[in-house]
Amino acid sequence: MEALWFWLLALMLTTYVVLDGFDLGAGIAHLLIAKTEDERKAVLESIGPFWDGNEVWLIAAGGTLFLAFPTLYAASFMGFYLPLIIVLWLLMFRGLSIELRNHAPSPMWLPLWDVCFAGSSALLAVFLGAALGNVVRGVPLDAQQEFFLPLWTDFQPGREPGILDWYTVTVGATAFCALWMHGLLWVERKTSGTLSERASAMARRVALGVAVLTVVVTAATFVVRPEMWQRFADAPWGLVFPVAAVAGLGTVMAGKRPFAGSATYLVGMMLSAAFSLFPVVLPSSTDPALHLTIYNTASGAYSQSIALWWWIPGIVLTTGYFTMLFRKFGSKVS
Amino acid sequence: MDYALALHRFQFAFTITYHYLFPQLTMGLALLIVVLKTLHLRTDDVRYAQAARFWAKIFGINFAFGVVTGIPMEFQFGTNWSRFSKAAGGVIGQTLALEGMYSFFLESTFLGLFLFGEKQLGRIGHWVTAFLVFLGSWLSGFFIIATDAWMQHPVGYTTLPDGRIQLESLSALLLNPWTFWMYLHNMTGSVVTGAFAMMASGAYYLIAGKHVEQGKLFLRIAVPVATVAAIAMLFPTGDGQGKNLAKYQPITLAAAEGLFDTEAGAPIAVLGQPDANRGKLDNPLLIPRMLSMITYQRWDAEVKGLNHFPKDQWPDQIELLYYSFHIMVGLGTIFIGLTVLTSFYLWRGTLFRSRWLLWVLMLAVPFPFIANTAGWFAAELGRQPWLIYGLMKTSEGYSVRVSAGNTLFTTLGFLGMYGLLSILYLFLMQRELEHGPSSEEAAH
Ligand code: HDD
Ligand code: HEM
Ligand code: HEM
Repeated sequence: MEALWFWLLALMLTTYVVLDGFDLGAGIAHLLIAKTEDERKAVLESIGPFWDGNEVWLIAAGGTLFLAFPTLYAASFMGFYLPLIIVLWLLMFRGLSIELRNHAPSPMWLPLWDVCFAGSSALLAVFLGAALGNVVRGVPLDAQQEFFLPLWTDFQPGREPGILDWYTVTVGATAFCALWMHGLLWVERKTSGTLSERASAMARRVALGVAVLTVVVTAATFVVRPEMWQRFADAPWGLVFPVAAVAGLGTVMAGKRPFAGSATYLVGMMLSAAFSLFPVVLPSSTDPALHLTIYNTASGAYSQSIALWWWIPGIVLTTGYFTMLFRKFGSKVS
Repeated sequence: MDYALALHRFQFAFTITYHYLFPQLTMGLALLIVVLKTLHLRTDDVRYAQAARFWAKIFGINFAFGVVTGIPMEFQFGTNWSRFSKAAGGVIGQTLALEGMYSFFLESTFLGLFLFGEKQLGRIGHWVTAFLVFLGSWLSGFFIIATDAWMQHPVGYTTLPDGRIQLESLSALLLNPWTFWMYLHNMTGSVVTGAFAMMASGAYYLIAGKHVEQGKLFLRIAVPVATVAAIAMLFPTGDGQGKNLAKYQPITLAAAEGLFDTEAGAPIAVLGQPDANRGKLDNPLLIPRMLSMITYQRWDAEVKGLNHFPKDQWPDQIELLYYSFHIMVGLGTIFIGLTVLTSFYLWRGTLFRSRWLLWVLMLAVPFPFIANTAGWFAAELGRQPWLIYGLMKTSEGYSVRVSAGNTLFTTLGFLGMYGLLSILYLFLMQRELEHGPSSEEAAH
């Protein structure tokens, strides 16, 4: 049962990254590719009906985490207090800049929100990547299953790390480039004319950066957490995830169905990370006996089993809503 | 009190109070928009569609603010109340996850369709999206109220030897007797807010002499809704809440009423200032025997005063609790008077000419927000010193590893940020109100 919830949660977070990834990426690319007011409107319109629903995947994943692994929720939200609140602020500014921009067309109002939108999207991508980096690297958990991390210490992923060190920043940079690429491909798909062409050309170049960084991050993970590779040796079928990521990136570079390719890349990367962590959910940087796992953080057996009875119909309904939404707004924006 | 704890309490209270300013209008307007869309379907009168489009714009802006201030809330259980989350996550994780799966997805996807899809969806389709947005927001209210109700009156759980609280029955959690009145009272409270907002804009248009037709239409719809809702705040829903208090939280009732000594035939204090140190109410203005009557339906029933209970079980903010409760009930009484009077004028056909009354309606718009906030303060302060009533003290539940320095830093950040949000909100609302409902373009 714990394992089932682990994978459901991993799938929710992956869905979040793939869906919100494209609107975050569109935000990162916004100022670079959209030069005229019409183009900027087109970029915003391409994500307008979707972004809030996409973001709800993060909120719902938070709720599901709370439901299935409350101890993990409690420990990590206290331990990552500062970066989390900063992420919340960024989410707030980003939501406002999307929703409010077009309510008052004045020459001061528009550029302000455009910069706000691009800046908060970029920082969010870095922070989300760094968050994943922290989970892989581990945190100084104590016997009460608690910890608190400052934003940075000496930038070394040692026993007393900060949120930001060279490793997590590298993961952040990778996430940034990957979402940037993903967003560009979305804009390419949803718009037409020069805007679409510009996005496409930039995506080709960013994809190269993503490829380089993926190699770097893989090597760095080997240095920081060598034991993660053990999982692949124990259960080689897990190699499908990294293979999918590579294949996805290859598709982007080949330029055939590139958006599907970058989605596959993101899914592959997320699930590789989940697979290699399992069953640990938050490693301890000091003592492997203090790792938080799906077993020592789970809510009761009753909680986990009764929740499946409503969770599954819920996800079916949700899939239905999203299918409908993407169908209704499936065409290119004008 | 520990400084860090005080700051965590302040931070949570501030962010949730601010968040709730938006959902109450969302939930109230969602209902009124469904009413407008239904009238449009049935009468084919385009004025209803225009009105619905105007309110959809207001709704859209308000919703965006609700979303951005709501996202922090979902995370603040962990950031501010980590020990509590660890202990009680097995229970309240259910309702919070249910809210995400069943209402946030529904609201957020169909809001997109509702705001952007009027042309593509056709009349029936668009009505359905409006209805689903309404359903989503009312479900959202339900799950969050069920969560809070469990903290007020925990049911359906067992406690493990290590102190963690586990769910034993999901149906008990969802059918908590506390939830019933709390939900009805609270939702009716948001209908009051929504209807007052609609009345105020109608009154404004009549006074300003523009969009007059729409202004009259707003008033004709909102006045009856406001009247029914205002009465229902007192009876049956407020009354039901009061009975729950008397039954399950008698200390809270005593503190909220400023009743220090146990009395048979206890009075209700209309005015007065509690002095918790000396245990008395200064300058009281009392209605004799009233409290006994409304809580136990007997003029001479005994009501327990605060002194009956050990001091360490008293809420720690008796004064604020007392005032919050009295502000809510006082405003509730005034709302009943005002809406009944307005209904009478509307029925007589003189409302649209009675400028003084229109002025009052226009200026009344902040007061439902105040009443709702005061009501929540009464509920949450009344729960003190417990975080989960009878199970866990507030002082045991907070995030001990987050220092006062960090909490103050983020609290100041939130204060600044929400100050900015308020300015933006008022600016945008004022623009939409000036722009008015007559424009023909599709909503957004
Ligand atoms: C428009 C807003 C509004 C108005 C006019 C009223 N209330 Fe209220 N009240 C609320 C909005 C509210 C609320 C915000 O919805 C609360 C807070 C928590 C809850 O369940 O509902 C609440 C709570 C609440 C409680 C529980 C307090 C606690 O748990 O400590 C009681 C006993 C009442 N109300 C009673 C009344 C009575 C007798 C009213 C007389 C007219 C009244 N309310 C008007
Ligand atoms: C929207 C309406 C709400 C308002 C205005 C509100 C207001 C408050 C206030 C003023 C406090 C501070 C009490 C104190 O520190 O002395 C508080 C505390 C708290 N509330 Fe609420 N609340 C609301 C809804 C909720 C809901 C729905 C929940 C749970 C799902 C909740 C959970 C808490 C918690 C965990 C605390 C902190 C512990 C405590 O001080 O008791 N609140 N709230
Ligand atoms: C601690 C308590 C609370 C949490 C964790 C919370 C969480 C949230 C979140 C995450 C959102 C954004 C959803 C989206 O992205 O679409 C939201 C919005 C909303 N919340 Fe809250 N909320 C709390 C208190 C309340 C209360 C007390 C109510 C009502 C009784 C309420 C009703 C709503 C509604 C109707 C929305 C829809 C958007 C809007 O605000 O207009 N919430 N809330």
